[in-house]
Amino acid sequence: MTLRVNDLKVYYQTLRGDVHALDGVTFDLADGEIMGLAGESGCGKTTLGKSLIRLDSRMRHIGGTIELDGKDVPIADEKAMVPLRYHEISLIPQYAMSALNPTRKIGRMINDLLRARGVRPADIADELKRRLELVGLDTDVLDRFPIELSGGMKQRVVMVMSTLLNPSLLIADEVTSALDVSTQRAVAESLVEFRDREYIKSMVFVTHDISLVYQMADTIMVMYAGHIVEKASASTIVNAPRHPYTQMLISALPEVGSTTEQGRLEGIPGTPPGLLNPPTGCRFKDRCPLAFAKCAERPPLVEIEPGHWAACWKTG
Amino acid sequence: MWRYIGRKLFVYLLTFVIAVTINWMIPRFMPGDPVRSMLSRASVGNPEALQRMNEYYTGVFGLDTPLHEQYLSFWANLFRGDLGVSVMLYPQPVLDIILRAVPFTLGLLLPSIILSWIVGNRIGAFAARKKLLDNTILPVGYILTAMPYMWLALLLAWSLGIVAGVLPTAGGYSPSLRVEFSWLFISSLLTHWVLPFLSMFVVALGGWAIGMRNMIIYELEADYSNYLQALGAPTRLIRRYAFRNAMLPQITGLAVQLGTVLSGALLTEIVFNYPGLGTLILQALNNRDFFVLQGTFLFVVVGVLIANFIIDIVYVLVDPRTRVQMTGGAA
Repeated sequence: MTLRVNDLKVYYQTLRGDVHALDGVTFDLADGEIMGLAGESGCGKTTLGKSLIRLDSRMRHIGGTIELDGKDVPIADEKAMVPLRYHEISLIPQYAMSALNPTRKIGRMINDLLRARGVRPADIADELKRRLELVGLDTDVLDRFPIELSGGMKQRVVMVMSTLLNPSLLIADEVTSALDVSTQRAVAESLVEFRDREYIKSMVFVTHDISLVYQMADTIMVMYAGHIVEKASASTIVNAPRHPYTQMLISALPEVGSTTEQGRLEGIPGTPPGLLNPPTGCRFKDRCPLAFAKCAERPPLVEIEPGHWAACWKTG
Repeated sequence: MWRYIGRKLFVYLLTFVIAVTINWMIPRFMPGDPVRSMLSRASVGNPEALQRMNEYYTGVFGLDTPLHEQYLSFWANLFRGDLGVSVMLYPQPVLDIILRAVPFTLGLLLPSIILSWIVGNRIGAFAARKKLLDNTILPVGYILTAMPYMWLALLLAWSLGIVAGVLPTAGGYSPSLRVEFSWLFISSLLTHWVLPFLSMFVVALGGWAIGMRNMIIYELEADYSNYLQALGAPTRLIRRYAFRNAMLPQITGLAVQLGTVLSGALLTEIVFNYPGLGTLILQALNNRDFFVLQGTFLFVVVGVLIANFIIDIVYVLVDPRTRVQMTGGAA
């Protein structure tokens, strides 16, 4: 088991109170697993991604544990986290386009970072070049400034840079959102390739693009309002979802070849609850067509069949 | 690159021509006749003598020709380095008078601008580190920038010069000394230089520190800083990047501020009676010496233009983004 997250709670501190962005999240990630993390904006998927590597100044660790390769990840302890970062856990950020220092040549920035993390750049220079070529970049990008590269090129540079030390866990946060469809595909394929070549052991791929994650991920985990609602293999989530939220989310996606004559796409009526004072019980109950009295209690995440977890009283 | 410099040079040349033209126009279209006011001071009673003196001086200063000829001959003289003859120190050429004052102004301006910029940036970057530092340095910075140059100059002159009596408060060097290359003369130059330098240095310091502090805080929130932090890079590296990137707007700020700094310097010189261009301007104004005034303004304009041009070039060297835009760059 690579990653084991147990009842993780991370809140945002605001002037009006705590925002319960992650409220008791439990899941496992196996060696070699690519897990797509899907959900609407504000459901806590980015918060979860961040919580695995670095809490920002407004985020507070309330409870729960994270374990990586059998070792505890001391997420609340900024100092103790430093040795793990980059070496064990790495990140491709949402803002990969602007993640590079605009006034440093890319090669120099990578060397600066490596040296700062106690790695001699010379030891890794050949590997760096090999990987740049693998993602389809010329090695002379190292002599260029970020502004000389296109968005997709920057994205791939950050991809190579983030995985250079073969981390155990890679968090890819919305890495494809800003790219066009063909580049999205290339990026997704490179990430799978990285896993296959064991540059990374496992990956959490945060996205709201279920069709993309369906093609590349082994499993998909769906979140709603700070809770996990369902986790299963990618094909199960897309073809046979059990949780009513997942079902409605999947049915809100267009299918290739569908026309308007076959019926309009339905969205999910209503809006997600505010997380400043979240409702008790199942957080989806106000929008759920199947809701009944028992939904006032929080449904536990249970394994309804091997490898398929769902948190709903109707499925369990 | 060269095309960029060429284009810049052209713009600066155009600015120069316009500035010189305005410079030439102002005294000529201003109400009042310099020759007459000069003669009135001489208080000549005889109207015939007055008439002849008027004609003589008008001829000397070239005011009897049509305006466009005056304009052209002004340019021609300019290229020969002839800025005319001073009225107040007649018959000294204006150029000699100005060249005597320029070293004093430059000696005051360059160190105070450059040092305050460097030290202010350091202090600002330092302030951005800790809340406690920030809370003390920031208000001090605001007070310093809000201070008028001449007020601080007066304060310094009064406290260090008159009350403490450690430094001289007027002049460029002790009047009892001859201008020569000796220790005595140089030390006298230095002690006279300290107070005007200090008043300009201190005022400018606050502004740079505040600007730098804000920029550093902004850069530390930038995406690349967050990324590096997530990858566990030490604060030292992130700060180094932030400092370098925060410098860029400060360089632009320097270019924008030059004019203000210069006018501040002129006032400071007047307070300390420092024999630079500022004091010269005041004397020329008091004596209605338009030729000296015109020549001094010309020097100031040229100085600001040259400084701005240098900063433009420096900016291109330190910021790769401007370089890419110039060469077209690979999109």
